[in-house]
Amino acid sequence: MDTINHHLNEALLMSYASGNLPEAFSLVVATHISLCDECRARLEAYEAVGGALLDQDVVETQVDLDATLARIAASPQMVEPVKPKQPGVFPSALQDYVGGDLGDVKWRPVGMGVRQAILPTSKDASVRLLHIPAGAAVPDHGHRGMELTLVLQGAFRDEDGRFARGDIEIATEADVHTPIAEDGLDCICLSATDAPLKFSGLLERIAQPFLKI
Amino acid sequence: MLFMLTGQTMSETPALTDLSEMFGLGEASAKKKRHDKKVSVHMTENTHWVELVQRIRGSEDQAAFAELFEHFAPRVKAFLMKSGADATLAEDCAQDVMATLWRKAHMFDPSRASVATWIFTIARNRRIDLLRKQRRPEPEELTWGPEPEPDAAEVMELQQETSRLGDAIAQLPDKQRDLIQKAYFGDLSHSEIAEETGLPLGTIKSRIRLALERLRHAMK
Repeated sequence: MDTINHHLNEALLMSYASGNLPEAFSLVVATHISLCDECRARLEAYEAVGGALLDQDVVETQVDLDATLARIAASPQMVEPVKPKQPGVFPSALQDYVGGDLGDVKWRPVGMGVRQAILPTSKDASVRLLHIPAGAAVPDHGHRGMELTLVLQGAFRDEDGRFARGDIEIATEADVHTPIAEDGLDCICLSATDAPLKFSGLLERIAQPFLKI
Repeated sequence: MLFMLTGQTMSETPALTDLSEMFGLGEASAKKKRHDKKVSVHMTENTHWVELVQRIRGSEDQAAFAELFEHFAPRVKAFLMKSGADATLAEDCAQDVMATLWRKAHMFDPSRASVATWIFTIARNRRIDLLRKQRRPEPEELTWGPEPEPDAAEVMELQQETSRLGDAIAQLPDKQRDLIQKAYFGDLSHSEIAEETGLPLGTIKSRIRLALERLRHAMK
């Protein structure tokens, strides 16, 4: 297990536990939790809150028991394919979206040596993999919404510190970051946004519609 | 705070040890604790629900299922309706959730969750699937667990911690409980929740980290 210094916040854990995050954010959260026992434990605590609320709800409605028993009789067994654990750079939640591991990503160049792959999710937010060459900088950018960035390989540094495998950076509207990938392995990140990024430079701003980020 | 006062070790249940502190309930619960030493009502219920699920797993016991159904099925339906499902969809979905409970009874691990928590997660996932028409990415399973046959002491401890959480939530002022319920059942934003309740959600982090370190150490 990697040493993780940057974790999920309470709001994200609670939203994921209650099932109220957009799919793109859920993917980043699930991938982080796959790498982070501490956040897994905190998630289970938030799920227990959901269980207690359900348990204590005062309700007057009814559900048809006989109809449910008939459903069970119709197909009593859950055929649950036991997924073999796929060793690799990506945890299984992410492998499901990529259709494989790091070697299977269909990268597209977005300039300055940076490559990306947008993953298919619901439209309320978007998520993509980023490949930043070791030593390279990602253009200065701010955000219109929230951005979650999870490091999967290599590391980057910015105004908020050093982020390596398993670390998650939570950036809001107010933050402007200039992440620089460390020397060594190329930096691979999973990044979700609920609004398009806004780059500070004019050229990047013009280019933005083509980059789809 | 409450759990430290009771002198329990935190190592077996890192997820739940600090829950009442997390939700700012420690003091109220501790006060109650001094006056009230009898076993929590929620504990008696929790262990009973666990036995019922185990009877379904062991001998496909329909009476056990009917008892769980009577308590949980209407609650699942109400949960779905509060989330925006109409009565027909909520009925269909609640039946589906309860059928899943039967089919997956062998996968329930009482050393990691109460029956209520487990049913909540099944219902939550069906809600995302059916109502929001989205996929639900799930974390990878732990490599070090669960054990095929959960340790009885661990089960007891987890169910106790969950019961205390239940007690603590039951004692919340109505207004606070309503807000938390809206966050879980509806779509109220979480900054809104924090603003309105002032719940100190951040205080749990360091204690859980400590508990996890102990857990990792114990398993070496």
